[in-house]
Amino acid sequence: MSADSIIDVEHLTVGYARDGEEVVLLQDVSFKVLRGEVFAILGGSGSGKTTLLKHMIGLQQPLAGRIWIDGDDIVTADRPARRAIMRKFGVMYQMGALFGSMSTLENVRLPLEEFTEFDDDAIDLIARTKLYLVGLLPAVHRAPAELSGGMQKRAAIARAMALDPAIVFLDEPSAGLDPITSAELDRLIIRLARTLGITFVVVTHELPSIFAIADRVIMLDQHSRGIAASGTPAQLREHSDNPWVHRFFNREPEEALP
Amino acid sequence: MNGTTAVELRRGLGESVVALTGALDAKSLPPIWSKARAAVRENGAAPLRVDAAGVSYCDGSGIAFLLDLLREGSRQGSRITITNLAPRFAELLAQFDQTSLEDETPPPRAAPLRLTEQLGRAVLQLGADLRHQGNYVRHVTLCLLYELRHPSVVRWKEVLGVAEQMGVNGLPVVTLIAFLMGVVLAYQSAVPMRQFGAEIFVANLIGLSLLRELAPLMTTIVLAGRTGAAFAAEIGTMKVNEEIDALTTMALDPVRFLVVPRMIATLSVTPLLTIYAGVVGLIGGGLVMLTFNIPLVTYFKQIVSVVSIGDFIGGLFKSAVFAFLVAAVGCLRGLETQGGPRAVGQAATRAVVSAIVLIVVFDGIFAVIFNFLRI
Repeated sequence: MSADSIIDVEHLTVGYARDGEEVVLLQDVSFKVLRGEVFAILGGSGSGKTTLLKHMIGLQQPLAGRIWIDGDDIVTADRPARRAIMRKFGVMYQMGALFGSMSTLENVRLPLEEFTEFDDDAIDLIARTKLYLVGLLPAVHRAPAELSGGMQKRAAIARAMALDPAIVFLDEPSAGLDPITSAELDRLIIRLARTLGITFVVVTHELPSIFAIADRVIMLDQHSRGIAASGTPAQLREHSDNPWVHRFFNREPEEALP
Repeated sequence: MNGTTAVELRRGLGESVVALTGALDAKSLPPIWSKARAAVRENGAAPLRVDAAGVSYCDGSGIAFLLDLLREGSRQGSRITITNLAPRFAELLAQFDQTSLEDETPPPRAAPLRLTEQLGRAVLQLGADLRHQGNYVRHVTLCLLYELRHPSVVRWKEVLGVAEQMGVNGLPVVTLIAFLMGVVLAYQSAVPMRQFGAEIFVANLIGLSLLRELAPLMTTIVLAGRTGAAFAAEIGTMKVNEEIDALTTMALDPVRFLVVPRMIATLSVTPLLTIYAGVVGLIGGGLVMLTFNIPLVTYFKQIVSVVSIGDFIGGLFKSAVFAFLVAAVGCLRGLETQGGPRAVGQAATRAVVSAIVLIVVFDGIFAVIFNFLRI
């Protein structure tokens, strides 16, 4: 693992068994995420973006390969070690995944109550600080069901940041949001990355978001079951000679509909 | 983010200094937070400077910590300044002022209602619920009758799927409960009756109680726990996922589309399950009676002589009514689901509780009616 990288994915092969046969979704994928950058995993529907994310956060085991999170391999780690590695990152799921039985504030307080020894006042203040940073302080007592889609995602980011992780994974942060809310969320991600030095790994297929937030991008291709291109968003748009990448950035359909 | 995090209070003539060193983050702060707060409190109203020159890292928790010191200082009437904080952390702190985190208003608490008002509201709610449930039962019954008159419009594939799920897959649990019920009934009654030499009449007791009462009751209570809850959870999840709205806007009646197939499956399968439960219970009782030297032939002859066709049909009729209640209330609770995943769980719970209460209430009503009709 190199000194400036915080995540190293090495020769990762992921898939599942169906009727006794192995179905490979991604084959021999390797890349690095640098400390403090906003790193985007881009790809079309069914290209394996979310599957890759689930392997990076330890929810699924790969068929082969290693994933180093800030110096620790989450693939080979046993259960206690894996839980310790998981404390190094926070995750915002596509639909927010806020706990419906708790208020917004209680959602953010939960990891602090479970994993730190702060007293109640300190936990409250820290949780409010996180919610203030994402602009949700006026909604601290509201239930998740009373929040709009954009607010739920911001609350989920606040919860992901509760333990001050070095890395925050975001799964489709712009999905289902209007362009204005999506742009606000992009600005929030940039501000949090710059001011708090958090490394963001963003899984998305939203081109405007990628150009707004990403320092570097890898693009997954379901045909080659690997990385079709990598670089800055502009490099991919301007200089990639991969036809799939070209079509993706120019919104060209693969084949005409009847 | 490295370095040991520490706090130190240095008293001076003009002002005191709280010196902070190390990383201010969620991992490092717990041991020093209360210590720093105590130092500010101890300093009282004297001017205080927080020297952050030694702070190597500060994140959201660190900002909350610095804000807490400022807030504690202002409570003590002290003027606190934070100095030498690295520019990028100072920029983060500058986003907040001391009142930033305190400006939200707590949610208004409703004034407690008076007893009479609570009672009035409960009666109104009960009336509305009964009206709603009456409309629902009428709607379901009309749809059911229509589909029974026009079998070609019934969604048979779904009916068979539900019947398999609730009937065939429910056989093991029904078998276990019915068999043990027969065994327990036989043992509990045979031991005292042996004292009077009346073991043979245990067959009367088991035959009548199982076929008239226990087989329909226990089968439908198991059904309420398995199938009623499953209906409520399944339809509740569809409601939460807006699938019911989709059906409605496609001009498909959710009752005809979802409730009626479940009703047909439940009404068809439950009497069969009840007969099966009765037979298994009788076998359980018969095996116990063998240990009391009553042969199986004698045991079953005694049952046939005492259990009339009216007892048997009455039990089946009750099981069909109970099945209607379980399926109807399970689907109703599912359709009533509002909100998120928690509401689905609540719908399943309410379905089971309502179904069991209704089964017991209707069983009591049947007992009175059957007695009146001398069945």
